[in-house]
Amino acid sequence: MIEFSLAGLRRALDGGEISSRELTEACLRRIEERNPALNAFVTLCGESALKEASRADSGKAADGPLAGIPIAHKDIFCTRGVRTTAGSRILDNFVPPYDATVVERLAQAGTFLIGKTNMDEFAMGSSSETSYYGPVLNPWDLSRSPGGSSGGSAAAVAAGLVPAATGTDTGGSVRQPAALCGITGFRPSYGRVSRYGMIAFASSLDQAGSLTRTAEDAALLLDSMAGHDPRDSTCAQRPGERYSAALSPMSARALEGVRIGVVKEFMGEGLDPRCRQVFSDNMATLRGLGAAVSEVSLPRLPLSVAVYYVVAPAECSSNLARFDGVRFGLRESGADSLEALYTQSRGAGFGEEVRRRILVGGWVLSKGYFDAYYLKAQRARRLLANDFARAFESVDMLAGPTTPAPAFAVGEKINDPIQMYLNDVYTIGAALAGLPCISVPAGSVDGLPVGLQLMGRPFAEAEVLRCAHAYQLETNWHRLWPPGTTAPFDAG
Amino acid sequence: MNNLKTPKQSEPAAEFSDAELLRAAHLTRLALDDGEKPELAATLRRIIGFVRVLQELDTEGVEPMVHPLDLRLPLRADEVTESDMRTEAQACAPDVAKGLYRVPRVIEPA
Amino acid sequence: MNLEAVIGLEIHVQLATRSKMFSGAPTVFGAAPNTQACLVDLGFPGTLPVANREAVAMAARFGLATGGRVAEHSVFARKNYFYPDLPKGYQISQYELPIVSGGAVEVAVPGHAPRTIELTRAHLEEDAGKSLHDALPNATGVDLNRAGAPLLEIVTEPQLHSPEEAGACMRSIHQMVTWIGISDGAMQEGSMRCDANISLRKRGDPNLGTRTEIKNLNSFRFVERALRCEIRRQGEVLRGGGAVAQETRLYDSRMDATRPMRDKEEANDYRYFPDPDLPPLVLESGFVEELRHTLPELPGARQDRFEADYGLSAEDARRLCESRATADYFEAAGRACGDMVLAARWVTGDLAAALNRDALDIGASRVGAGELGALLARLREGVLSGKLGKEVFQAMWSGEGGADDIIAARGLKQISDTSTLEGIVDDILASHSDQVSQYREGNTRVFGFFVGQVMRATKGRANPAIVNELLRERL
Repeated sequence: MIEFSLAGLRRALDGGEISSRELTEACLRRIEERNPALNAFVTLCGESALKEASRADSGKAADGPLAGIPIAHKDIFCTRGVRTTAGSRILDNFVPPYDATVVERLAQAGTFLIGKTNMDEFAMGSSSETSYYGPVLNPWDLSRSPGGSSGGSAAAVAAGLVPAATGTDTGGSVRQPAALCGITGFRPSYGRVSRYGMIAFASSLDQAGSLTRTAEDAALLLDSMAGHDPRDSTCAQRPGERYSAALSPMSARALEGVRIGVVKEFMGEGLDPRCRQVFSDNMATLRGLGAAVSEVSLPRLPLSVAVYYVVAPAECSSNLARFDGVRFGLRESGADSLEALYTQSRGAGFGEEVRRRILVGGWVLSKGYFDAYYLKAQRARRLLANDFARAFESVDMLAGPTTPAPAFAVGEKINDPIQMYLNDVYTIGAALAGLPCISVPAGSVDGLPVGLQLMGRPFAEAEVLRCAHAYQLETNWHRLWPPGTTAPFDAG
Repeated sequence: MNNLKTPKQSEPAAEFSDAELLRAAHLTRLALDDGEKPELAATLRRIIGFVRVLQELDTEGVEPMVHPLDLRLPLRADEVTESDMRTEAQACAPDVAKGLYRVPRVIEPA
Repeated sequence: MNLEAVIGLEIHVQLATRSKMFSGAPTVFGAAPNTQACLVDLGFPGTLPVANREAVAMAARFGLATGGRVAEHSVFARKNYFYPDLPKGYQISQYELPIVSGGAVEVAVPGHAPRTIELTRAHLEEDAGKSLHDALPNATGVDLNRAGAPLLEIVTEPQLHSPEEAGACMRSIHQMVTWIGISDGAMQEGSMRCDANISLRKRGDPNLGTRTEIKNLNSFRFVERALRCEIRRQGEVLRGGGAVAQETRLYDSRMDATRPMRDKEEANDYRYFPDPDLPPLVLESGFVEELRHTLPELPGARQDRFEADYGLSAEDARRLCESRATADYFEAAGRACGDMVLAARWVTGDLAAALNRDALDIGASRVGAGELGALLARLREGVLSGKLGKEVFQAMWSGEGGADDIIAARGLKQISDTSTLEGIVDDILASHSDQVSQYREGNTRVFGFFVGQVMRATKGRANPAIVNELLRERL
């Protein structure tokens, strides 16, 4: 039996159980069947994917560790010659003349692109409902949201349309949809993976990550994605590691000596009691693997959402100024003055949530409010990061639920931005501090998946992945498929 | 520190007046429909009210955190690595003429 | 009302790097539109800036050369505004923490004692592109070739008090940036542009009046002319009992007047904040010290040395140090002929005139320093008279060859052989007996006549000293 994970497919391809073309055709078939309902893709590249697959089969393609495996990229990564929209009308016709570093590196590793996944517009959202291309739906329950902003990637992996997809995480955009779709979402440390070619939302927070079925697969992708990139000045000047190699050997007491801190502030009244129960089961599992679990406090954490909703909009208001209808993207016709060209193109090109954030961001940077809002938030951010640093003096890893509740209904929060923002209350803190973190499927509430989040010290990717892998060796949550979905290649 | 209000308890920020909305829209060059303004202003007042809770935090003497990592600016060698990309770059431009990006006439040079 | 002008300058100098401030695109002037703007310069989604080490080094060199402090820690910030020639909707610049603070330049207005003008700061930034208003019918065309070119913005304290001083200050900064090799200083290509802040106040009043800013002055002459106009205009406003409005103005050279700029940013709220794409610029003291060692002898020091070591006048030393190329030329020519004073006279005299006539920089001189030195050596040796020296120089200038070749080809070698000259003098005295009588009767003015006749007979080659001596003996 072929396991539909990167590791499983690697074995199957190497063992000749399947060809790259068969794999790609299977993915395309599933996409054809399931995507109309899920709306996980903005653009499909079936033809070029099949060509790449044949090249891989005939040995003409690069022989990287992921050779012959089709993957999807979130539509925020620039792909040369393939339309890249960031889920926005303003980029509806944008075909980048270059590849993002992540795209380039994963291509060097042997993967090829099968399609670009749907997402919240410019990654601003937690439900994949702000996309110009319509909402993505959750494969576990089509009336619910898959989370966001990397909802298309999460839904595609969860429904077995692709074995893995890239995502980006600014405040939780990889971890939250992974949790709500029952898959593994990994966000490396800030600076671990190049941001070059990733359309910027909030530069000091954006980080490329992955949506996969397992932590092992996240490590396999990170092996290729991580490392210094001279084109990104904020990319850490340290080489990548062999993260996948650090996962074995793994004993029954794999977490012996690992100190895990349960974040007290995550356990407050906002947490769904059923999720609280799941989480306490999770801690029992980790204890069983040898981990020492204790409670720690991050006193400033309750402010993290407020900090984030100053810093991220401020940076986004500036990052999105380049969409002005002059060099690329939408230009509203009929504008007879420069001012009209700008305001009409931007007014028509950006959706509601993006416009709200641009307005808030422009305002908090403006005369008279800069100190009270922007500087204040950046100071609070430092205090928050200090809280994390202090916690890591006594524990090696932090843990908490990824979300306060399982997937919410489509339309439930979209008209109340603050309710939507608060859905990221558990994921924003680690993003503000730039920490590596992962969400793994960890339980079920009313038939919907919920996630366990682990957060490590900066650049402790290997430890975080190892801990998540140990957990997955012990549990089967990540092996579940949504109702009505069978594993690809299952029973032939 | 422990009696900090959580963001949920926030009041809408009155200081984000309708005039401030127009100022922000002008600064960020966004056209707003008259019809959407009242609700938009109310929503933004709530968002700004929500983030205002930070103002009760004592941040005296705290260095703002602009970058999550304590990095230094990398410097590249002064070498020309890029060649003419006009054709490819202008393939996605809305309006070009004679190799120039065309925009409505700007009355006065800046 | 006795009014005094208070002027400060913001001078943008394009740094002479090969590639741009934050991208690897070339900076060559005059390319076809938008062929030198790469995806980073165009602000393409997903692209990121990476700073140019050489531009940073050049800025630091300027700081060292002007005695400023080179910051160990400086920060790039975003200056946000919309304009079609600003691709990202923000300009990467330095705001609160510039790379250079303080420093000073010497400013000399001819006929006045030199003054020291303090510099507030100098910071690195990227240039914008160009909006062309006449290239397309009924539209503006945007050329982004210049977008991202490295600029050093140098800000002076408001310590200048006349248009002439402001012009001299700009010249002094031009001299410095070209001297230390951080800019080609090509004014006609826009390598140096200036904004001037100007206000008037009652002489002796410690408070500053309301200032206006005149933007985009791209020549020394325009700085002076624009300030003259603006001083006149503000003076009229104040004397008429009015108030000067704080505003940005443009200088119209055809009308020779300044006018307010139409407000493109009425509030001018640039929303500066630290660029999250660029960590702080940290310069180790070792890096800065190494740069200090690469600095050439600076103009002030070199001028002092020319006066002290070569006995030149302050004025000659100043003129020879107007550019490093001139100073180098002078010293090379002087060493070649062994007479620095003679070399100074020729470099500031005949050579300067020839360069000026043909509108050439000294670097493009048709007579090289070594060649001029060889000519001057012949003058020193008495092989050539001063008059013939000028003739030879002109021949060299027109490309006829080196000094010795020309002297030989034209038979210009001075006749210093006494016996040859005796014969010529005797012949002339014999054939001009009337004039000899006049001289002997006391009309000594005819002495010059005899000299002239000898020179004519020798085609100017007779050694004048020997001719004088022989004539005096015989008369």
